[in-house]
Amino acid sequence: MFRSSKSVRYIRFPSTYSLASNLVRFQSRWAGVPQAPSDKILGLSLLYTLDANPNKVDLGVGAYRDGNGSPWILPSVRMAEKILQDTESDKEYSPILGSPKFIQLVQKLLFAHDTSGFQLLADGRIVTAQGLSGTGSLRVLAEFLHRFHSNHHVKVPDPTWTNHLSIMKDSGLTTSAYRYYDQKSNALDFDGLLEDLSRSEEGTIVLLHLSCHNPTGVDSSPEQWDEIIKMLSERNLVPVVDTAYQGFQSGDPVKDLATLFKFNDAVAMGKIPTYLLSQSFAKNMGLYGERVGTLSVICSGPRESERVRSQLAKLIRPMYSSPPTHGSKLVETILGNEDIYNQWLNDVKTMCDRLDSMRLLLYDKLTVEYNSALDWEHIITQKGMFCYTGLNPRQVEKLRSTKSVYMTADGRISIAGICLKNIDYLARSIDEVTKETA
Amino acid sequence: MSGFYHVNIPQLPPDPLFGIKASLAKDTRENKVDLGIGAYRDDHGKPWILPSVKLAEDLLHHSADYNHEYLPISGLKKFTEEAAKVILGEESSAIKEDRVVSIQSLSGTGSLHLAGTFINKFYRKKDDASFRAVVYVSDPTWSNHMQIFSSCGLATTKYPYWNDATKQLKIDQYVQAIEQAPKGSVFLLHATAHNPTGMDPKPEEWKRILKAISDNGHLPLFDCAYQGFTTGSLAKDAWALRHAIDSGDYHFPGILVCQSFAKNCGMYGERVGAFHVVLPEHDDALNSAILSQLSKIVRSEISNPPGYGAKVVSLILTTPQLKKQWERDLITMSSRIMGMRKQLVVELQRLGTPGSWNHITEQKGMFSYTGLTPSQTEKLAHDYAIYMSKNGRASIAGLNPGNVKYVAKAIDDVIRSEL
Repeated sequence: MFRSSKSVRYIRFPSTYSLASNLVRFQSRWAGVPQAPSDKILGLSLLYTLDANPNKVDLGVGAYRDGNGSPWILPSVRMAEKILQDTESDKEYSPILGSPKFIQLVQKLLFAHDTSGFQLLADGRIVTAQGLSGTGSLRVLAEFLHRFHSNHHVKVPDPTWTNHLSIMKDSGLTTSAYRYYDQKSNALDFDGLLEDLSRSEEGTIVLLHLSCHNPTGVDSSPEQWDEIIKMLSERNLVPVVDTAYQGFQSGDPVKDLATLFKFNDAVAMGKIPTYLLSQSFAKNMGLYGERVGTLSVICSGPRESERVRSQLAKLIRPMYSSPPTHGSKLVETILGNEDIYNQWLNDVKTMCDRLDSMRLLLYDKLTVEYNSALDWEHIITQKGMFCYTGLNPRQVEKLRSTKSVYMTADGRISIAGICLKNIDYLARSIDEVTKETA
Repeated sequence: MSGFYHVNIPQLPPDPLFGIKASLAKDTRENKVDLGIGAYRDDHGKPWILPSVKLAEDLLHHSADYNHEYLPISGLKKFTEEAAKVILGEESSAIKEDRVVSIQSLSGTGSLHLAGTFINKFYRKKDDASFRAVVYVSDPTWSNHMQIFSSCGLATTKYPYWNDATKQLKIDQYVQAIEQAPKGSVFLLHATAHNPTGMDPKPEEWKRILKAISDNGHLPLFDCAYQGFTTGSLAKDAWALRHAIDSGDYHFPGILVCQSFAKNCGMYGERVGAFHVVLPEHDDALNSAILSQLSKIVRSEISNPPGYGAKVVSLILTTPQLKKQWERDLITMSSRIMGMRKQLVVELQRLGTPGSWNHITEQKGMFSYTGLTPSQTEKLAHDYAIYMSKNGRASIAGLNPGNVKYVAKAIDDVIRSEL
């Protein structure tokens, strides 16, 4: 196999070796490296960056934007950053599972607000470790399950965040979907969900979004959650709960734990033996790129917790030794300081309120101002950072190519990308495209 | 009521190095000395945030576009580009010829993990579908190396390296092992300041090693965690790697480089590093394919790397005054350590401690393979509150004028007590 004459060669080799034999040698080790497809969500960001249209709208990545469409550093984070700058005395390695103070404070945030959770903590039944935001935490949990759980199958909602599938598969787990979103009604297919869970083999791992389902924004009601947990118990399924949007459902991070309280109750009452939790501060503290989150495993008692802890450390040590400290120090400062903590609660409410108002405004413009014939109610019933618009791939593509409005191919829009500056253009574009293209 | 897996989850002992840190933390004796983990300490035994880092952080925090947004999957481009220049050299033929694929990593461990994952997935022989490379690591090597590669699904084995009796390298046996290894094996080389021994091959020995690797079609993997610590000079410390790439004397199927800024920028907990794949020839399609596959690996493990540390290091590397300050900081750290090596040997010689101790000053970098046995290091911890690795590896950075005499006396006592 010879290279085309167009490519330039810069091989240096002793004259004793022939060109051809060296090419064969050089090519022989990496010939099997195929080009991987670019990540769907992050690849979209790149296209947006290259688009020269001044009216372009980025509704791709799930990162909060303020009313001017700019990234927003939370006031509470600024406060914590200042303290850290003034007081940080070292950049030492954190322990493999994260700093004890960080773990303690996050456990307090997640588990100390309900009686059952508080009891589980007191009984030494909750192992919590720092992870690299949601992704890293899920990955460690998945690797843990692969190593220690006899059933290597995970059921994920249809649809789910695309990276969920990669995380599970690359950990050696197989995946299949349980029914979740009903396209026709733009709502939850609850009967389908329950049926699919009921048909699952014992020990199957089930991935659940705690709130603000990504990408649909459609969540189960409290009563539906009771039934889900009942089914998990009856079929002896292993729940992996993913929470990346704590605070974006009601505006209150603690209120948004309501469903987790149900899980804690179920464990406390012996209805389910365990659940695993992956938690991220990327969105609710705006700490995206600092990669800070946690993973937790509910164990049967303190001795089992110690064993599990040691095994999590064994998984993490050869992957990256210890987690990054900048983000976790900020979290520690926020959660450990009453004034800053209260500011944080305010900041979450600020973000959630802005998202809610954009939903209302978009709904108004589409239905009233532009008189769209379509039903857009799901825009205001769905919660969190995303809205599953119901736009089909053709419409999505047309919005991108003719209007420079960017969203993922499944019609998911990031509400955070909407602001007063672009909402009219957005509503008008959606209306035009849906009127032109079915 | 018990968990579904409680039966088969065994308790593991703590990690050998993080475990020392934990024991040390619990020790309440005032004169305790930490010669365990490889983190730099100043003359007062305190962690040291480099002046160049403090300046960079100040700049960063006052910058209008400081934020916490996601980095691209492959990391901060400015950082990975500059990191490549630091290790390969600004004038590197590989960079000029666009033969380097770089991706940000979670410090050295993260970089090695990427290397192992990548090798396991893609390093193949075209004419032999069943070929799976064995990774050769030095005997001894950093305690985490073997489990990094085995957790990636790779078989690992050791090549002769350290001669404990002579406190020198087993260079002939080393080269012989290279010659006898199955063709296409991966050889993990410590770019500078070998951990744990502190003993690096001399230039002529490097040439023998690299030639043997090249002649036998093996893949070199350079682990570089101490660039700047050995001599205080980034260029001098990168000599072996740059020679492998730029001399034109060798032909490798590629060169893998794992780079950490944990020690030389004091960024330990921030987890700043990079993984570089240096290819023998320019091939845009292959560069792109490799980057895409490395990104795919990263995406399902962490999505994208942490931003803060990379931004700080990137500022240092791209701001001339900060880069100069960093170079001074490297000299500060390396010369303080070299000074403490000398002092320790002077003390041991003054006490007439049995044995020869010149290896401590011959060895370079943060560590010294003292030659102390597990029972001796155990005694040092138990009786004297002096903590080092069980294998006798002492982090010289933990020594200072305030404790060097105490440590020398303790070593002297422990050795004499076993005679």
